[in-house]
Amino acid sequence: MGKTFSEKILSAKSGEDVRAGDIVTVSPDFILSHDNSAAIIKKFKLFGKDRVKNPQKIVIVLDHVTPASSEKYAQNHKEIREFVKQQSLPHFFDINNGICHQVFTEQGFALPGKLVVGADSHTTSYGSLGAFSAGIGRTEAASVWATDEIWLKVPETLKIDLKGELAKGVYPKDVILKIIGDHGADRANYKAVEFTGPAAPRFNFSSRFVLCNMAAEMGAKNGYFPPDQAVVDHLKNLTKEGIDPVYSDKDACFEAVLSYDISEIEPQVACPHTVDHVKPIREVEGLVFNQGLIGTCTNGRLQDLKAAASVLKGKKVHPSVRVLVVPASRSEYLKALDQGIIKVLVEAGCVILNPGCGPCLGAHQGVLAPGERALSTANRNFKGRMGSRDSEIYLASPATVAASSVQGKICDPRNHL
Amino acid sequence: MKKGRVWKYGDSVNTDVIFPGKYTYTPMEPDEMASHVLEDLDPEFASQVKPHDVIVAGRNFGCGSSREQAASCLKYAGVQAVIARSFARIFFRNAINQGLPVVVSEKAQDQLNDGEKVEMDFNKNEIVTKSKRIAFNPLPESVQKILDAGGLIPYTKQKIMNGK
Repeated sequence: MGKTFSEKILSAKSGEDVRAGDIVTVSPDFILSHDNSAAIIKKFKLFGKDRVKNPQKIVIVLDHVTPASSEKYAQNHKEIREFVKQQSLPHFFDINNGICHQVFTEQGFALPGKLVVGADSHTTSYGSLGAFSAGIGRTEAASVWATDEIWLKVPETLKIDLKGELAKGVYPKDVILKIIGDHGADRANYKAVEFTGPAAPRFNFSSRFVLCNMAAEMGAKNGYFPPDQAVVDHLKNLTKEGIDPVYSDKDACFEAVLSYDISEIEPQVACPHTVDHVKPIREVEGLVFNQGLIGTCTNGRLQDLKAAASVLKGKKVHPSVRVLVVPASRSEYLKALDQGIIKVLVEAGCVILNPGCGPCLGAHQGVLAPGERALSTANRNFKGRMGSRDSEIYLASPATVAASSVQGKICDPRNHL
Repeated sequence: MKKGRVWKYGDSVNTDVIFPGKYTYTPMEPDEMASHVLEDLDPEFASQVKPHDVIVAGRNFGCGSSREQAASCLKYAGVQAVIARSFARIFFRNAINQGLPVVVSEKAQDQLNDGEKVEMDFNKNEIVTKSKRIAFNPLPESVQKILDAGGLIPYTKQKIMNGK
């Protein structure tokens, strides 16, 4: 019997022949954290160690509340910068870089076959480049800093077989919302999700990112697209390291296979207050909303901003709606500037925020008042996430948010392209 | 064994309703964290919960963010254990790492009533009420060791002291 991608990586890292269900102790290649590094530092100090075990493996990106919106957040950032200096951590990215997951992939840390843990639930994203990456908590992040090891359960793998071609006006976000809506927010709990099939090569890196990022919303431990030549070529520009993709064996044991003909998928919307409360857009068309959000680690890359701009070009955001745009990183922001995309968005009446998590988690930059409704490209719509517990969040693709922002109510982007 | 009351909730109790995102990057003392526990799900809970109380819920408890406060605020509020049909993966890890017992039980949600008094028997792996005993599966041994040590900090400290 062959092995899955996850079984192979965790076998190689643990030096044991392991299968789904086994528990291994492994030393990850990288450990990511963000603004929560301040809390991790406090935990780290409880271990009574002066130095982290392996500074090369620690990646810290400030992104959650940047620039600091209050004295408390400023103090957090200050403590992190001081710790980085004191420990001589080489991989620190201050507030001018972007969202941790995007920055992590841009810097060439996410490579095929690498084992990454991160103190953020959307660490699942790096499977878009063929890495094994899973979210962990703060205390265990501190423990990895101190000991350079962590226990992990080898996950079973849920295979999602994609065939067909997306229709115009339908995007990777619609695909993953459809899958989550069909199977529920816990379908992939503790599991690896492997996206494969004849349609997979048509998903570029940015599109793969959307699906792996939102695999977390199915409960997944990690998401994964088998790297193809395009991904390998993309990575060669980012790193001098040799690239050696790991693939599941043909006769590996999968927990189940879910098959999708993506040409049949129409635009989708996740309704309050869970990500699996998904409806086709025709069932929610006409619903008015107050704030549109285009960006975040899910949908803040160039192709997302481009999709929004193609809808908004020459049009104006409806007077009853405010639209916030958050590029995923400085690098994506610059590309969008060079291509004139930002100009289109600003002319349409969008507010451009600095690359970062922005209002996605309700800490700053556009929180919702009671009774308000947001239409967002983010990955989560839990009650109260973007502000008041009496507000509502709907999730959709960048094109859907852009088209709806012009109309002032949720509408099908296919009618506005 | 200490008696506590059952607080019953449904499926997919997520980390935002357990501990709202707006507080996650604000350093807080345990008491203050406990005062926000379940704020957006059951605003009464924080003021009425007593030490040794038990949460009983459905599927996918703790889904969402990796924020550890979702587990630690429950512990600081005095919650003795969380019993659910299933747990979201990161919450499950966080709970163990914080020394908060998590129990997977398919039956508890159907068989226990809100407000009922229960005891947790971790030696026999049973939930005990006046009239019934509900058995549950123990955790894997390597994971139980972390819980037994009181969480990952004391556990790792021990490991470091032993020369790891």
